[in-house]
Amino acid sequence: MDAASASLTALKHKHLLGIADLSPEEIVLILDTAEAMKEVGRRTIKKVPTLRGRTVINLFFEPSTRTRTSFEIAEKRLSADTLNVAIASSSVVKGETLVDTAMNLEAMAPSMIVLRHASSGAGHLLSRICKASIVNAGDGMHEHPTQALLDAFTIRERKHRLAGLKIAIVGDLLHSRVLRSNVLLLTKLGADVWVCAPATLIPPGLEQMGVTVTTRVDEAVEGADVIMMLRIQLERMQGAYFPSQREYFRTFGMTEARVARARPDVIIMHPGPINRGVEIASEVADGASSVILDQVANGVAVRMAVLYLLAGGGDGETARAD
Amino acid sequence: MPVVMDAERISRALTRIAHEILEHNRGLANLALVGVRSRGVPIAQRLAADILQITKEQIEVGALDITLYRDDLMGASVGVAPLVRKTEIPFSIDGRTIVLVDDVLYTGRTTRAALDALTDFGRPKSIQLVVLVDRGHRELPIKADYVGKNVPTSRTESVQVHLRELDGVDEVLLQGKE
Repeated sequence: MDAASASLTALKHKHLLGIADLSPEEIVLILDTAEAMKEVGRRTIKKVPTLRGRTVINLFFEPSTRTRTSFEIAEKRLSADTLNVAIASSSVVKGETLVDTAMNLEAMAPSMIVLRHASSGAGHLLSRICKASIVNAGDGMHEHPTQALLDAFTIRERKHRLAGLKIAIVGDLLHSRVLRSNVLLLTKLGADVWVCAPATLIPPGLEQMGVTVTTRVDEAVEGADVIMMLRIQLERMQGAYFPSQREYFRTFGMTEARVARARPDVIIMHPGPINRGVEIASEVADGASSVILDQVANGVAVRMAVLYLLAGGGDGETARAD
Repeated sequence: MPVVMDAERISRALTRIAHEILEHNRGLANLALVGVRSRGVPIAQRLAADILQITKEQIEVGALDITLYRDDLMGASVGVAPLVRKTEIPFSIDGRTIVLVDDVLYTGRTTRAALDALTDFGRPKSIQLVVLVDRGHRELPIKADYVGKNVPTSRTESVQVHLRELDGVDEVLLQGKE
């Protein structure tokens, strides 16, 4: 075969539950595949027949616009049959457990289930009882692997590498599954990761993940290639983690003055939804360095890559001999 | 391992095909080449170089990845998903004559996938097919317009095309399967 086949051409997993399970080579394979998928999104006819005849269920137990829409577009561009099960309209409100819900859906023979759930490990649970491939679209405070992959894709697109970059992650580190997945991914690929938050929002043991932890935002963004903001999850802020949103913004909010400490070609990222005037100033979110909307666009390509690679293929002869 | 074509033979065959393309289409007005990844792409580029030499005119060359159109990915097969590469067709194919270029024509399934992929990019006036080697055993009603060499084979054999650009050497080998 050809030179490219010397590198990795397949995932070793049936499910995508977290970045923790992926090797650096598998991550690079997903990002490379996503580049080809991005080209499909630039065509007039944004659809390929690859997953024709396969059913993908988007099972969302938490509200989500961006992630669910992104998965759904990705599935449709690959010609899969998709359906969305949202918590408000499901039999969960009638008292059905996650396992029962999953087993009933499983009986309808889907190829894949994309799961968003408020409990960490929900995806692992389903992967043990379902024949379908499980894609974790966010489980509790555990992981959100496709977000980290699309973040890495966006960084690589702008900086052409990940290794050696200084990446500052600022915001609610405690409640963030995006943080966990990103730290795992970025450290696996050799980035220099700094994380910053008020002491009350720093989970214990974070240093052991190979990152530099600080409570001084100026130190975190100094000379940074990438500033990644995390949302202050206002719905989870009952514990008085900081005195007021205004004070948080004054101390940790990403303002133009703080961005000026980073490298001139810094990119500003945010997984959304953004709280303007809490973790990020509007001028920064909408400024020239912001790649926040690129992240959303890249999300579709990265999710297409994940769905394609998990679906697998036959070992037919067409690529080899004909 | 028997060498079916060596570097000189490949080069002569491609020069002949370049002439045939020009003869058949009466020049290169409205013509473009599209190589099927991976080995169709360098072959298409060489044809473009030959055509440049003959006519002193540049012909556009695109690259088509057909992985997402393969018919063996559908259904409930389990296995390895083939590597997807980028399709790069930086020009409109609407109303043009597209010359599709591939290394080996065998069952015809790659060509079928390439036709599907190509028509997702627009509506060419016509599509013609160049292959370096036609080894027979078609499973679909597909025929090449320009053939470098017809190589009679049995289904148990495999034809391997090696090209300078990807493999460091120009040769076509016929390999019996063990």
